[in-house]
Amino acid sequence: MSVAANGNGGAFVQIRDVSKWFGELQVLDKITLDVPEHDVVCLIGASGSGKSTLLRCLNLLEQVNEGEIVVDGVRLTHEKIDVNELRRKIGIVFQAYNLFPHMTVLQNVMLAPRKALGISRDEAEERARPLLRRIGLEAKADEYPDRLSGGQQQRVAIVRALAMQPKLMLLDEITSALDPQLVSDVLDLVRELADSGMTMILATHEMGFAREVADKICFLDGGCILEEGPPEQIFRDPREPRTRQFLARVLEAERMS
Amino acid sequence: MHAFRQVIHAFFNPHSYTLAIPDVWAGFQVNLKMMGIAEVLVLVFALSIAIVRGLPGPAAKPLRALAIAYTDFFRGTPIIVVSFLIGFGLPGLQLAGISNQSNMVYGVITLTLVYTAYVTEVYRAGIESVHASQRSAARSLGLSYFQSMRYVVIPQAVRRVIPPLLNDFIGLQKDTAIVSVIGVSEAALTAQQFSNRNGDFPSYVVAAVFFVLITIPLARFTDHLVQERERKERAQAF
Repeated sequence: MSVAANGNGGAFVQIRDVSKWFGELQVLDKITLDVPEHDVVCLIGASGSGKSTLLRCLNLLEQVNEGEIVVDGVRLTHEKIDVNELRRKIGIVFQAYNLFPHMTVLQNVMLAPRKALGISRDEAEERARPLLRRIGLEAKADEYPDRLSGGQQQRVAIVRALAMQPKLMLLDEITSALDPQLVSDVLDLVRELADSGMTMILATHEMGFAREVADKICFLDGGCILEEGPPEQIFRDPREPRTRQFLARVLEAERMS
Repeated sequence: MHAFRQVIHAFFNPHSYTLAIPDVWAGFQVNLKMMGIAEVLVLVFALSIAIVRGLPGPAAKPLRALAIAYTDFFRGTPIIVVSFLIGFGLPGLQLAGISNQSNMVYGVITLTLVYTAYVTEVYRAGIESVHASQRSAARSLGLSYFQSMRYVVIPQAVRRVIPPLLNDFIGLQKDTAIVSVIGVSEAALTAQQFSNRNGDFPSYVVAAVFFVLITIPLARFTDHLVQERERKERAQAF
């Protein structure tokens, strides 16, 4: 994997000693992580371990209290940063899809390119339609989101982010709200993205999928990265007892379902 | 029997109606005009003030305070007092452009000031009812604060507040009669003058019927929207 040409020679995403508190509660505790360009990093860990918060900090939906984040050579934690400019390069997809219910599928995908990038309607549509075709939903272009299944909505949410042609995608437990039979379509799309070289950070409970697509797995516990490494090592031979415990519990739950 | 005949004569004298209807109708056109103009102004001003009240950050604090002061004052003051303040107060200032307007203009200003305060609260409730995740989604796509408000939050908020907003408009339509106290020759005042001249009351009945006739369609339309929404929400719950 190549090192990003971002001026200071570091990785595409550099997270240094990042801490965050919600009031008294510390949710991130000195997180340090590098993500080279075109890599896929999966964050695993129990609910409340800080995965979502870390992702939200990466596109400034949350402010970090300490530490430094650099994405593509831009220091996010700098005060004078243009938040909107930065977010155009970083797509995020949420667990609850968050499509805009008052807009059609096509309008959902076209909104940000048109308004945030200022491209014309036709151009935005030229961008949006192939993306919808790619996920097999071009026929649904003029439907409203509530007419779509959860899996379809989530795939629209992904291409809505892709329409901004981001350099980094953050996926926050995007299959957690889906019925099991709808998960695979969404994961197929993410796999395709990974294969195309998109830099991605995923928070996920899908261990099988994490193992397959990730270049690196980070196990978060109590706001810390307790253990990180290549998937083979983490899943086969976790060093930390807590990682082992967590994986055992998750695999147990998967067998039960 | 005598009392009955008296009631008939005082309220239901057909001849009186033939005279009262055109008279009160002429006045009612002033009500319609005031309603129309005030409603448009209220929609625009109330949305602006609701947006100002929601502005984030410490820099916007004075603006927010101003918006709060405005709504507090005009929601708390009886409309008849505002009528006097505007209808007698503004002409008393003797300022060019402000003090030489017609009574109808002062009536419209009064209605707009008061109902903007109510409708601001309605809009605000609507804006706050749009889930924070919608804003996150919009902002994370790179839209600015105002763009997310404009394209994502406000369209959803406005759809939700249409029924309560129409309820306030029913109130506004009726309150066009109150500004008669500053001498606007609208239906209520015309009816009163007619009644004084003729010594009977059909003119009031006519005025009442005019108001009811324009309120009923609006009320039914509001009911219809509420039912429509409930139906939709039930459908979504499955």
